[in-house]
Amino acid sequence: MFETLQANLLSPIPLAFALGVLTRLMKSEFSLPKDLYTSLSIYLLFALGLKGGVELSHSTFAAIAKPAGATLFLGVLTPLIAFGVLRWLGRFSSADSAGIAAHYGSVSAVTFIAAQQFVQRVGAPAEGFMPTLLTLLESPGIHIALGIGAVQRARTLGASGDGSGSSVWHVLHEVLTGRTMILLVGGLIVGFLMGEPGWKAVNPFFDSGFKGALMLFLLEMGIVAGSRLGDLTKVGPFLLGFGILLPIVHGAIGVTLGHWAGLSVGGATVLGTMAASASYIAAPPAVRLTLPEANPTFSLTASLAITFPFNILVGIPLYYRMAQAMA
Amino acid sequence: MTERQTMHTHPLKLVTVIAEPVLEGRLTSELRQLGATGWTVVEGRGEGSRGIHAAEIPGVNIRVETIVAADVAERIVQHLATHYFAEYEVIAYMSDVAVVRGDKYTTRSPEKR
Repeated sequence: MFETLQANLLSPIPLAFALGVLTRLMKSEFSLPKDLYTSLSIYLLFALGLKGGVELSHSTFAAIAKPAGATLFLGVLTPLIAFGVLRWLGRFSSADSAGIAAHYGSVSAVTFIAAQQFVQRVGAPAEGFMPTLLTLLESPGIHIALGIGAVQRARTLGASGDGSGSSVWHVLHEVLTGRTMILLVGGLIVGFLMGEPGWKAVNPFFDSGFKGALMLFLLEMGIVAGSRLGDLTKVGPFLLGFGILLPIVHGAIGVTLGHWAGLSVGGATVLGTMAASASYIAAPPAVRLTLPEANPTFSLTASLAITFPFNILVGIPLYYRMAQAMA
Repeated sequence: MTERQTMHTHPLKLVTVIAEPVLEGRLTSELRQLGATGWTVVEGRGEGSRGIHAAEIPGVNIRVETIVAADVAERIVQHLATHYFAEYEVIAYMSDVAVVRGDKYTTRSPEKR
């Protein structure tokens, strides 16, 4: 385990991330221009979708059906576990519990990419259809958690409810038409249709630059996470522990389900990482709109400053070891 | 100079709303429903009584400006007070402005949309 860990820490993604955190610790004003950050995320998501679509065109339905079922099951299970733990063990308000659960029920695309890169580097590449599974996990978790929150909210507001039902539909639309979903699902479809010949034509741009762009992106992620470190003292020890232990539990469940569904060691590792990761792009605005009384400091600090670094640095190698142990 | 003196202006209200960026779509569609015929949205940075990080979600604040008749301005501020002030970071204020082409800001009735 120690060697895997060490090899991971000295790979491009954790190093770029660490540099970003260090930048913030030195109180440097440096950060990537907002538009570059957005452009990089567009590039990464679209490249991920395209490549996944091309790979999908080689896959059979039978090979995907069970892993897809496992992924959807994870999408339902993880927000419920997160909500239960926060509400009854952590004694958070139902809005805060649902808000944080929405983040942990959804998935972080960058953590997913980091896991893919990791399993590739250790010589156990994941199945080509994994990006398809990623799109399946993006949205159900958010909606289940927000659904719980909205029901609880309607109950406390009583009959005088303010028609938040329409805003749930609004949020559903917003998540499904957000940047991540458009680029990933759109990329998958385009990649599937254009197949290998089309991929060859755009490969120099979308493949060769991918890892470099990823490093730049992780640098900015480090800066963003670093600027949240100060909030760690505000969220209390429970959420700190939650941000580390819940990913391990979700990761173990994900790896196990992946193994049962017939995924390779690499595939099970990536599925475990998906389950363990917490969203910080799609979930925050959705939660803010539907559950305004939830405190965003809790959910964002937990997902960005605790769970994201944990997964990148320690979690992914750990899930890999779990997957190896099962194989 | 003489031209300027003869130019006819109408007294209207400028309503300015400063809000979290996630609210933009919802706010602008509600402004239209409440009778505004147009608006301008700009992004900016700032700090308020709840502190700079209160919104937390990455992104800047928005400032929505709309020029409307006095009764519409009242409705807008009333609406914001009921639906936003408690839970979101939203502030709103109105000021008197004088505009030329006054009907440009008032011709659309709220029912017509």
